[in-house]
Amino acid sequence: MSTQTAESSDERATRFDPDGGAPPSGSQGDSRDRPLSWRNLARTAATGYLPLLLATLVVVAPLGWMVLSSLKAPGEIITTSLSVLPHSPTLDNYAQAATTVPFARFFLNSVVVTVIGSTIKCVLAVLTAYALVFVNFPFKKAIFLAILVALMVPPQVSVLPNYIFIAGLDGLNTYWGIILPGLGTAFGTFLLRQHFLTLPASILEAAEIDGAGHFRRLWQVVVPISGPSIATVALVTIVGEWNDYIWPLIVTDRPEMMTLPVGLTLLANSDSTSQAWGVLMAGAVIVIIPILVVFAALQRFIVDGLTQGSVTG
Amino acid sequence: MVKGSPRPKAANKRWTPRARRDAWVFLALALPNLLLIAFFTYRPLFVNMYYSTLDWTLGSMDATVVGLGNYIEFFTSGDAPAVLGATAIFTAATVGGSMVLGLLVAVALNQKVPGRTIARSAVFAPYVLSGVGVGMVWLFIFDPVYGALAWMLRGVGLASPQWINDPNLALAMVIIVYVWKNLGYCAVVYLAGLQSMPQDVLEAAALDGAGALRRFWFISFPLLSPTTFFLLITTLLSSLQAFDIIKIMTPTGNGTGTLIFESYLQAFGAYNRAGYSAAISVVLFVLLLVMTGLQLRFVERKVHYA
Repeated sequence: MSTQTAESSDERATRFDPDGGAPPSGSQGDSRDRPLSWRNLARTAATGYLPLLLATLVVVAPLGWMVLSSLKAPGEIITTSLSVLPHSPTLDNYAQAATTVPFARFFLNSVVVTVIGSTIKCVLAVLTAYALVFVNFPFKKAIFLAILVALMVPPQVSVLPNYIFIAGLDGLNTYWGIILPGLGTAFGTFLLRQHFLTLPASILEAAEIDGAGHFRRLWQVVVPISGPSIATVALVTIVGEWNDYIWPLIVTDRPEMMTLPVGLTLLANSDSTSQAWGVLMAGAVIVIIPILVVFAALQRFIVDGLTQGSVTG
Repeated sequence: MVKGSPRPKAANKRWTPRARRDAWVFLALALPNLLLIAFFTYRPLFVNMYYSTLDWTLGSMDATVVGLGNYIEFFTSGDAPAVLGATAIFTAATVGGSMVLGLLVAVALNQKVPGRTIARSAVFAPYVLSGVGVGMVWLFIFDPVYGALAWMLRGVGLASPQWINDPNLALAMVIIVYVWKNLGYCAVVYLAGLQSMPQDVLEAAALDGAGALRRFWFISFPLLSPTTFFLLITTLLSSLQAFDIIKIMTPTGNGTGTLIFESYLQAFGAYNRAGYSAAISVVLFVLLLVMTGLQLRFVERKVHYA
């Protein structure tokens, strides 16, 4: 979409910048002379702030409700006269969630699976993308096409055959059984390849003339100047691994090997908490909040990575 | 056009010592990833086709070959209309809902008001959150007795419907939650489209006296059509893969048995029917293949790969 607009908004067209100047809003043309009149302020509030506020509220309210409810005593939840804030905030729900199911263990499992899985995936993505861009090989186009197609094959379709395979190797309820089938990374490879193609060839030529082999060119030239792109791939991968559900759900049935999303399901199914919404909200907080914090801190990379393809080109 | 390789290709002699060395380097770097993708992404597609010809209880040692029996059963029993119907309704409603609402939010975000960066982040946030966690939160909100929605409905004198027990309402419920989780993605992609819009055209139209609505409908929206098409394909693909929210909110698939969820329920739910589950997976895969074709053509046009 950028090609025909390249002249009028060159930077914004190629790289999406949230802080970049917005186009003039509709009301500006006729109100330029008296920008602070009451009429203009009211109009800005109605057309500018109100929709924004509404959209933000619709998104934030359920999450806020989750956090507040997780801090309420059971009597404040099992009631038809709701109050928004908890009367006396308590962590009892968290304690009960942790005694009903091994939540600390779920957390540890999620961390282990996410850290190991994402690390390997990122390394594989960097290596494959480098090979596809900078190393000569006969069938590169076909290989890249196969990766593109793999990008569109949903993991859910391959669940049953992979389950049979992993079960056959006694991989059920093991870390490697959870991690291994998801390690091949089409997304990271695709994203990094697109980035590597934009690197100036002259830098790599200079390194080659200086006698640097492929491995030195990769680790000392390409990787150091690709920090943001690699961070994007890393963060999107971390989010995906943390939230991954269907595969860990199928491959684990012993609580001590479950990840957080699977453990939350277990908590929901256990008799003592079937209607204990406060406890379930505490569980949801533990699943959701870590990613929310990561997102809040590093959202630029995550948004860029997840909307990639729409703004490239 | 910058070529993929920084140096000219060895044109004629393919297997010079240098080309040979490069080939080994390529394999050393790329092969692990390629093998993993081949084994865990491509192989299952073919294995599924084989499984789909079996009458096979998951966990049992013997299976009988039934040929197209599973497909015949799927399409002649009541399953096909129910499953394909649920899939069609869920997909159409979630794609339409998140794109329309996403566009509206994008227009709201595309204004010079303070706080819009924060609003943009907030709106996008649900997209990165765990579907299981989000589904659990909304299940509480939809609770017909203690939920926040029931409380609000009581406030205006209405009784809360039984969202989970009624199959139609259960489907509506998962659609609402899915749209809530995904509209931020559409909003941010549309916002990027709006911000790369040629401003001179819009300004010229404003000078000619076109109002904001007309400018949007006759200029902005047509110019956004590549973005709209991109979103249509990507949200279609992801809606057809939706699992987490549906599974956590309706564990037994009451009215919400889409292709992906029904395939899961058949193999790993109560029935352990591996062959039948594989057949449903193959049906889903064929559906995805059609859309992947569209997507590939689009990507080819859009990202100019070498």
